[in-house]
Amino acid sequence: MSHSSSKREMSARARWQAWLPKLVLAPSLALVLFFVYGFILWTSYISFSASDMLPNYTWVGTHQWSRLWGSWTWGIALHNIWVFSLLYIVSCTLLGLLLAILLDQRIRAEGLLRTIYLYPMALSFIVTGTAWQWFLNPGLGLEKTMHELGWTSFSFDWLINADMAIYTVVIAAVWQATGFVMAMFLAGLRGIDGEMIKAAQIDGAPVWKIYLRIIIPQLRPVFLSAVVVLAHLAIKSFDLIVAMTGGGPGNATTVPATFMYSYAFSRNEMGIAAASAVFMLAVIAALIVPYLYSELRGPRS
Amino acid sequence: MSTTAPISRASMWPRIVLYAVLIVFAALFLMPLYVMLTTSFKTLAEIQQGNMLALPEQWTLTPWLEAWGSACIGLDCDGISGYFFNSIKIVIPAVVISALFGAFNGYVLTKWRFRGHKIVFGLILFGCFIPFQIILLPMARVLGVLHIANTTTGLVLVHIVYGIGFTTLFFRNYYETFPNELIRAAMLDGAGFFTIFFRILLPASGPIIVVTVIWQFTNVWNDFLFGVSFTSGENAPVTVALNNLVNSSTGVKAYNVNMAAAMFAAVPTLVVYVLAGKYFVRGLMSGSVKG
Repeated sequence: MSHSSSKREMSARARWQAWLPKLVLAPSLALVLFFVYGFILWTSYISFSASDMLPNYTWVGTHQWSRLWGSWTWGIALHNIWVFSLLYIVSCTLLGLLLAILLDQRIRAEGLLRTIYLYPMALSFIVTGTAWQWFLNPGLGLEKTMHELGWTSFSFDWLINADMAIYTVVIAAVWQATGFVMAMFLAGLRGIDGEMIKAAQIDGAPVWKIYLRIIIPQLRPVFLSAVVVLAHLAIKSFDLIVAMTGGGPGNATTVPATFMYSYAFSRNEMGIAAASAVFMLAVIAALIVPYLYSELRGPRS
Repeated sequence: MSTTAPISRASMWPRIVLYAVLIVFAALFLMPLYVMLTTSFKTLAEIQQGNMLALPEQWTLTPWLEAWGSACIGLDCDGISGYFFNSIKIVIPAVVISALFGAFNGYVLTKWRFRGHKIVFGLILFGCFIPFQIILLPMARVLGVLHIANTTTGLVLVHIVYGIGFTTLFFRNYYETFPNELIRAAMLDGAGFFTIFFRILLPASGPIIVVTVIWQFTNVWNDFLFGVSFTSGENAPVTVALNNLVNSSTGVKAYNVNMAAAMFAAVPTLVVYVLAGKYFVRGLMSGSVKG
């Protein structure tokens, strides 16, 4: 009698223990399903609706999408994000790799230098933007300083030059993220198997050749991670542009994220804003989903 | 990997060049911070003279006091202090709660696996990579429905929801390497779900808690998009206030005050980074490289 009741107790406890983990995970999953996937569906629907200032669920097909694609500003935004991303990814990767290789030569103050290269990553983009806006200010910043120091022909007005302003944003963004990429490469370099390198050294191969032929090819996974992370950061970039140029001069530095914000909150064109957001999501998903899939499916169980 | 060359006089020159290059880069990286700091201690008159690289001739604390307590942001002239405290009110609950969620999720997803655990993890993880533009419009409405539009509480909710992805990732990767044998032994001893978590895993979670807290603190403190989209006026976080101060001031621009305000916004994350930078780097590595 007591035996069977304790057995029943056990099985109730076992059932409880089996459900408990799922119960603990459930709130997170529910939040994510609602706030991520539910919201994605809602925004996607809005991009096919007649919404302007308020949501309007009348289906209008691809009307908002053709308005988006017909928009001159959107064209500028796409062009800018393409230029920005390309320069940002290439510069950060090359500079990050260079710094990592230089730092990996048994440098005395490695810890200190690493901290210096990495600290911009801890700053808010708004702080970075504020600092660089001041630094590159044509009236009182770098240009004036160079004049004071005697280089009177020095001219640097990119910040207020519509053709060049996007490059100032690239400079600030590269300054901020290079240390992070360097840290990734440094971790990669420290993980490389030394056997092949020793063999090459014994053969008398010059250092640059060892790097080019043996070490850098082994860093392929780090290159992949760095490019994915940087591309993802680039497409999302919003804060830095708002703080540095406000999308200007005119709309010379408009990017999809600032375009979306202004159509959503100041121009009351919810439908177009939703379409631009869906487009951004599609680009990032095309980049991230295969990456996550390969990482999760990988040899680690 | 490091090359092991014996140090001779011929090999001294490359070393000198190497150090010179590294130091030049260090100077370039430090320059904006240096200019920010020196500008914030100068008088406006001195700034107008040019040469931003020079140290202040006449050090002044006035810009810092003004930035903190009396600079005009929008219509209020109370400085950045109130917004600074808004950010603190947001960052503490957001970090603690999202880290708790992440710890439990990581525990379940590694030690109490069920059919489909990978899909669930994938679904949660994808949430940290979405461009947040996709959720701005519905989130603004949901915050309105919940009556927490334009409040710091609303921002706490937003940061928890979109922080869960990263905190789960960190704890999952960390617990993945935790030996299952210990868990199994505890189960045989009759320890249950929570006992195992609080007695065995949590005491061993120090490093990953540090990483998660630093990561979340930095992200939430530095957030601008959510702040500017869901709050306005006196409820805005410090990043939004800083941007309003710098980019919408009329009349003569007080660059020294702007820089001091930027320093206030930067100091908390800089302090965290300098104190715990080692873990920060390690966390970035384990989070992004190893997926």
